[in-house]
This record gives sequence, C-alpha cells and structure tokens, in this order.
Amino acid sequence: MLGLGILSGLVLLPLAGAFIIAFLLKDDEASVRNTRWVALWTTLAVFILSLVAWNSFDTAKAGFQLIERREWLGDSIVYQLGVDGISMPFVLLTAFLMPFCIVASWESVNKRVREYMIAFLVLETMMIGVFVALDLVLFYVFFEAGLIPMFLIIGIWGGARRIYASFKLFLYTLLGSVLMLLAIMFMYWDAGTTDIVKLLTHKFDAKIQLWLWLAFFASFAVKMPMWPVHTWLPDAHVEAPTAGSVILAGILLKMGGYGFIRFSLPMFPEASQYFAPLVFALSVIAIIYTSLVAMMQDDIKKLIAYSSVAHMGFVTMGIFSGNAQGVQGAVFQMVSHGLVSGALFLCVGIVYDRMHTREITAYGGLVNRMPWYALAFMVFTMANVGLPGTSGFVGEFLTLMGAFKANTWVAFFATTGVILSAAYALWLYARVVFGEIKNPVFETIPDLDRREMAMLAPLVVLVIYYGVQPGPILDACAASVDQILKTYNAAASAVAKTALLAK
Amino acid sequence: MIPTQPVFAIPYLSIALPEIVLACGALVMILIGAIKRENVQSLIESIAIGLMLAALLLVVMQDVEAVRTFDNAFISDGFSRFMKVLTLTGSMLAILLSMDFMRSRGIDKFEYPVLITLATLGMMMMISANDLMALYIGLELQSLALYVVASIHRDNSKSSEAGLKYFVLGALSSGMLLYGASLIYGFTGNVNFETIAKVLEGKAPTGAVFGLVFVSAGLAFKVSAVPFHMWTPDVYEGSPTPVTAFFAGAPKMAAMALFVRVMIDAFPGITQQWQQIVTFLAIASMVLGAFAAIGQQNLKRLMAYSSISNMGYALTALAAGTLNGVQGVAIFMAVYLMMTIGVFACILALRNENGHAETISDLAGLSKTRPAMAFVLAMLMFSLIGIPPLAGFFGKFYAFAAAIQAKLYILSVIGIVASVVSAFYYLRIVKVMYFDEASTTYRDGALEVRAVVVLAAGFVLLFGLFAGPLIASAASAAKSLF
Repeated sequence: MLGLGILSGLVLLPLAGAFIIAFLLKDDEASVRNTRWVALWTTLAVFILSLVAWNSFDTAKAGFQLIERREWLGDSIVYQLGVDGISMPFVLLTAFLMPFCIVASWESVNKRVREYMIAFLVLETMMIGVFVALDLVLFYVFFEAGLIPMFLIIGIWGGARRIYASFKLFLYTLLGSVLMLLAIMFMYWDAGTTDIVKLLTHKFDAKIQLWLWLAFFASFAVKMPMWPVHTWLPDAHVEAPTAGSVILAGILLKMGGYGFIRFSLPMFPEASQYFAPLVFALSVIAIIYTSLVAMMQDDIKKLIAYSSVAHMGFVTMGIFSGNAQGVQGAVFQMVSHGLVSGALFLCVGIVYDRMHTREITAYGGLVNRMPWYALAFMVFTMANVGLPGTSGFVGEFLTLMGAFKANTWVAFFATTGVILSAAYALWLYARVVFGEIKNPVFETIPDLDRREMAMLAPLVVLVIYYGVQPGPILDACAASVDQILKTYNAAASAVAKTALLAK
Repeated sequence: MIPTQPVFAIPYLSIALPEIVLACGALVMILIGAIKRENVQSLIESIAIGLMLAALLLVVMQDVEAVRTFDNAFISDGFSRFMKVLTLTGSMLAILLSMDFMRSRGIDKFEYPVLITLATLGMMMMISANDLMALYIGLELQSLALYVVASIHRDNSKSSEAGLKYFVLGALSSGMLLYGASLIYGFTGNVNFETIAKVLEGKAPTGAVFGLVFVSAGLAFKVSAVPFHMWTPDVYEGSPTPVTAFFAGAPKMAAMALFVRVMIDAFPGITQQWQQIVTFLAIASMVLGAFAAIGQQNLKRLMAYSSISNMGYALTALAAGTLNGVQGVAIFMAVYLMMTIGVFACILALRNENGHAETISDLAGLSKTRPAMAFVLAMLMFSLIGIPPLAGFFGKFYAFAAAIQAKLYILSVIGIVASVVSAFYYLRIVKVMYFDEASTTYRDGALEVRAVVVLAAGFVLLFGLFAGPLIASAASAAKSLF
C-alpha cells in the first residue's frame, strides 16, 4: 500500500484521523459527535493494524522484523522502522489503550472536543513512533514531539493547578532529553551512523560509555520517573484529565524503561554494569519511600501516581539486574502496570465524573450503591498489590527474582515494597469502597453504565488472563532479551577479566 | 577560474550581476519616486520585490565554484549563494509584511522600499566580501540604510530614539571594526582574506590577534551577540514592527555569513584564538538571551532576546570551525529566518483598531478567537524551543552536532541547558494563547501578511519531511569555504 509497511501505517493512521478531524469537521454539535466517532474508529483501526503486525511477527527471532527503510536526512540519518520482541508488546499496549482513552473522554470532555481528539491522535502517532523507530534521531523526534500534545492536554483540559503541572512536566522532561540529544550527536560522530541496528554492534570506548550512559539516564530517569526526579509525575497526574493520566501512566512512563532496555543495556554494557548499584539504590529508595508517601496521600490520583513511581522502581531494578528473569520481568511489569494503572485511573475518572472530587475522605461505602464498580476496582487494586493470579504478581516476582540473583540485599529491601503496596492499596480500597455511606449524595450514585462496563471489562479480563497465563508476553520478548543479555554479559566478563589482570 | 586580466581592463562583472541589478534598480526607484511624487508607493514596492526576485533568480543560477573579481575583493561561491538566497528572501518577506502596516500608519514613504533595497545590496556585498575593504563598504552601506529605516516613523519618539541609538552604537562598533582591520593590515600587510590566511599560517602575531578581537567585536555587534547586544531590545521595540521583522531576518543572515567568512577564510591559521572568542560570545548570548527574556512583557522585546539567544546557537556551530560547523550555521540561519519572520507575520496579522498585538497578554485566549493563527504561533514557539519534528529542532541539531564533533562539550551542555531555560518564556506565550481566557478580538490580517504566515507555518511544520535537499545544499555551500 503506497509502498508503506505495516509499521508506517501504525504511525501514520492516527495522523490521518487527526487530519480528518481538523479539516473536515466543524464545531457544531453533530460534528462534535462525529469527532468522537472518528477518533474512536481511528484508534480501533490502529489497534486492528497492530494485531496484524503481531500476527506477522515471529517471536522466535531475536532481531528486528518488519523493517522499513527510507532516505531521510542525508545518508547517515534514515527513516527506519522495525520491531523486535521488546518493542512489540509496547506497540500493542499503546494501540490497545488508546480506544479506552477516547471512550473515557466521551462524556467528561465537552469543551474543545476537536482539539482534544487531535491532540490524542497525534500523541498516539508519537508514542507508537517511539517504540518502532530504528534510528536514534527518528527515535528522538518521536520521543520529544509527544511533549507538545501532552503539554496541551494537561494545560487545556486539566484541573485547577494545570498550568503549573504542564510547565513542570514539559521543562523536566525537556531538560532530561536534551542531554540525551547531545549524547546522540556524539554517538553519531563516533559510529558514523544513527542506525540503531548498526549502533547495537558498535563498541563505544568504556570511559565514554559512562558519559553517554549518564546522558541517556538523565532522560529516561525523568521519564520513568525514578526517585528523586519523580516530582513532576504526581502533579501531572493529578491535574491531567482521566485519559491523560491513563496515557501518562500506561505508555509515557514505559518509554523510559524501554529506553533503558533498548539503548543503555546493549549499547553501554560496561557503563550499565558500573552504574547498576546506583540504579539499585535509587530503585529501592523509590520502592520504599514513594510507597510510604503514597500511603499518606489524600487525593486518590496522587496516591496512584506515587504507587506508579514505586512500581517503576521494580522495573529499573529488574532491568539492571542483568539477567533474563529481571529484564523479562521488567518488560512484563511495564505491560502489566500499563494495564493496571491505566485501569485504576479510569476507575478514579468514573467516580470523579459523578462526584467531582478526588478526596479520599469524601468517599466511603461505594460498594452499597456501585457493586460492579467495586468489583472492577477490587481486581485492579489486587493487581496493583501484586496478588498472585493477577498480572501484577508476575512482573514483581520476576524482577525480584532477577534482583535476588544480582544482589540479595536489593531484593530484600525491594520486597518490603510488596508489603507496603498492599498497605496503601488496600487501605485506599477500604476507605473508598467499604464502610457506611457518610455523604448523603452517594445515596443516589449510579453504578457503571454500559459505556463504562465496556471500558473496564476487557481490562479485567486481560489483567487476570496475564496473571494466569503470562506466556504470550514473556515468549514474545524472550529471544530479544536473550540477545541483549548476551552482549551485556560478554562485556561484563571482559570487564571482570581486565580487573583480574589488573590485580 | 578567473580569466587573467590586464591591469586596467573592465573587471569580470557577470558574477556581481545580482548586486548590479539591485544597485541600478534602487537608483531607478529613487528617480521614479522623486519625479512622480504622488501615489507611487505600491509601484515602488512592487519594483523592489521584482528586483529582489530577479536578483534571487540570478543568484540561484550562479555556479557553486568560487569565482573572484574586482581584484579578488569580491567572491562568489556556494556559501555566498546560499546566504544570499536567505538574505533576499528575508528582505522580500519584510517588504511584504510592511505594505499594509505602513499604509495604516501613514508612513508609506517611497523611500522605505528603496532603503530596504539598498540595505539588501549592502548585505549582498558583505556576503561576497573577500577583503577587509569590501567588508567595510558592504557593512556601512547596509548599516546606514538600516539606521534610517529604524527611524522611518519619525513622528514617533520611540522610533526616532531607536534610530539614534542604533546609529550611535553602530558607529562605535564600525570604529572598532575599522581599528581591528587596520591592525590586521598592519601586521600582515594584506587586506585580502586569503593572503592574510597565508601570512598567518603557523604563527599568530599578537598584533594580528588584537586586530582579530576588534574585528570580532564589530561583527558581534552586527549579529547582536552578547556583550554587544545592548542596542537590540531597544531598537526592536522602538522600530515599526515590520522594520523589526526585517532587522531580525536579513541583516542577521548577512552579518553571520560575514562572520563565518572572516573567521574561516582569513583566520584558519589561528583557529584556537578565534574559537575562544566565538565560544565566549556563544555562551554569553545563549545564557543572557534565555534569562533576560523571562521578564519581558513586550512581544518585540521578547523576540529581541530570542534572536540574541538564537545567534548564540549559530555561533555555537561556528565555534566548531569545521565544515560541519559552517553547514550547521547555514541550516540554522535558514530555519531561524523562517521562524522569526513567521512570528512577526503572526504579530502583524493580529490587528485591531488600536494597532496590532504588542504585549504577551494581548494574545490571551487567541486559540478561541483565532484558532488557526494561535496554532501557527504555538508551533512557531515550539519550533523556537527546538521541539521535533518542527524546523527549529533540525536547526539546533546540526548546530550542536557540529560543536559536539569539535569536542566543545562544555559549550554544548551550557547551550542546550540554556535552551531549556528559554523554553519557559516561549511556553508562556503558548500558555497565554491556549490556557487563558480571551480578552481582545482581532480583525483578519492583510492578505499578503497571511500568506507569509502560511508560508512560515508550512516551512516549520513540514521541514522534517523535506529537509533532505536543504541540508544537502547547506553541505555543498559549506564545502566551498574549505
């Protein structure tokens, strides 16, 4: 089709939807309705196309597949797309979550609907682009361009402190990523190319790796976000509209983890080895400290935001444990967290639409009036805690196992996070859902309507399905993870050898 | 190659044809204006634009091979061709932007297009200058025309003040430049760039370095690099807005081209020395431009600081002193030109009874009253920050990539962090337009102004798709200097 492959289709399709909305539809009521439908159909089409891509994807191969290559800027910077076992799950996750965002905004977003949908569709293009780009400059373009729609989404449709939150998000992320940009430039001159496939085989000098690693770390740690650069996240989450929070927690945070696995580990193996203790320390602090902070929050969204930081701590810990369990667990944890935290934010959005408050103390006794809601919320809360049988368990378990192999103490301290997460999540659930109805307005609160049911049901199914049957995701990434770890461990043993020789 | 000429023969003229066309055309325009006197404005404007189009065509048709004439004082090569295209584009768009504005303010004097044409002629001379004399002639022709243009709204005290300030400070900087030129001549015995380079090969006499410092100071004034930037905010604010649009575009192209040629062609032997100067200028400009703009309320003053910091980025590329550095300068300047002209076109398109948008708060809620205009202006702001996939990103990418290649790491890190600081004030404009409530309403801008807006928007948004050819031509332009 037009000489474009499936991946280009995935990148361009949302843009096409945005164009239709921008140029063919007006602001009157009928058009607003059409706008929503166009956006929904576009995102559904993207999801179907991503399934087509998944279908033609061979999980047994470790290298990149579905590669597309075109001239772009001169001969060394090219437009190149492709997926491997690590990026494929994220492409699917992105395409899967987007329709939920559109549906979640169906009634709650009433002002400037056209701009809203355009922003989301453009954002989808950028997010998918990040995961499929096989050229560093192209990757950076997608990585950074997503800031524009996100800034506008929080700034225009956000809550009371939206301006502060949007500026903080933008400036924090920009500061991190420009340092990565300088590192990209350096790699360009050093290797003579920005082609990721070639860069994966290029060997950077060990001393230089440290600097490059730090520059990439600056960007991904902010995006992740890791303690202590996580403070933009609670603000952004609290102020963002529901769908914005879903995307933020579900996809944008994963870009950091994806970046670590795609770039930091295989391209700078010695540096990753060198800095692993630092990452472990920061991860453990994130897990324990932000869990404690989460416990003390009054705002439901803020609580979930802090719990996201804690869960991302497991991811970074798993990645830098440098073994198959850890890295695969990190990939799984990211996908699972994308589903679970996205679903939790949807749940918060549902009651927020009814009551217009996110104060935990304002709620209580929802189970009496909203049994279906209570059920769905419970599944996601349990998944967030990491209850066996839900997807949350698999990721946490594998990353902890990986960490145990790498460093027992890290695993020891990180495991306390599991307990803490049970504490804050269950306490939240108890305060919001159980108990007597304190506030008389809750007497008439309606349970989930059909739209909301349709929104939550697939997520409930998936969260439980992946909890029982984690195979599909783990198998998908196994081959690629093995390949990355092979180079990583080769470099590690080389370092050990030189250390022995030095003695 | 140059045909060998007898001493008193007529110089080889054809490579200076664009300049000759502009010069003769400007004289004809003066005549027409002086004889006809009434209702001559639009005729003169069209002649000026026609002349520049003709010059543009002639420039584009020129060869990329270096050809010298007028006793090697004038050079035409790929680099001059590239920068002349930018300069002529900037001047042309500036005239387009001014037409409606000048008429509505009653300052539609026929001298204005003539002066712009003469200034452009001066800029083209600067770009093609190959010795210190030609450099000075071009620079002064340009500057004198600009001083007058700045105060073209002579009943307005701010405009007169702008002209006077510009003149006094400009004269000072010309003096410094001349002083530096005389030192260089004294210590090398030459005025021609290439022979100066030969003399300085492998050694750096203190006097010549002294001269270099003064010449750089003069040039830094023209590109408004810190610490020679003081005039910029006042002149930008005081001048009529289309004149500011002109100042921010074409003269910067010429001055930067001249800066590049002097450094690369005349002082390749003492790169170490001038690299320090340029690095300092770059850091100071980027940092001051970023921090000083934060407090500004007036859009034109804000754009003044923005152009100061942008010149810092261009100088970052120049500091590399390599082929890729020159390429970076060329790409960055092209992108900068379209962005800055686009911003001014947006400002001019937002007019009402009281004039046009002046302060940032005038833009409040623009996304509701004029969504298309707000979108373009927002994209221009994101582009100025350097967010991909907009044009500004690619400009900065090539500029900083050159600096990284030359191992100027500290410069790059400071510069890129300064660009994050500057993001704050660009974002503030987006915030006012998109997050605040509407306060003022605006009429549609004049047709030609809107056309410029559309052109700039297309350039900024689609640059990422079609950047290949521009980057390639910038590369071939850079090659002609090495």
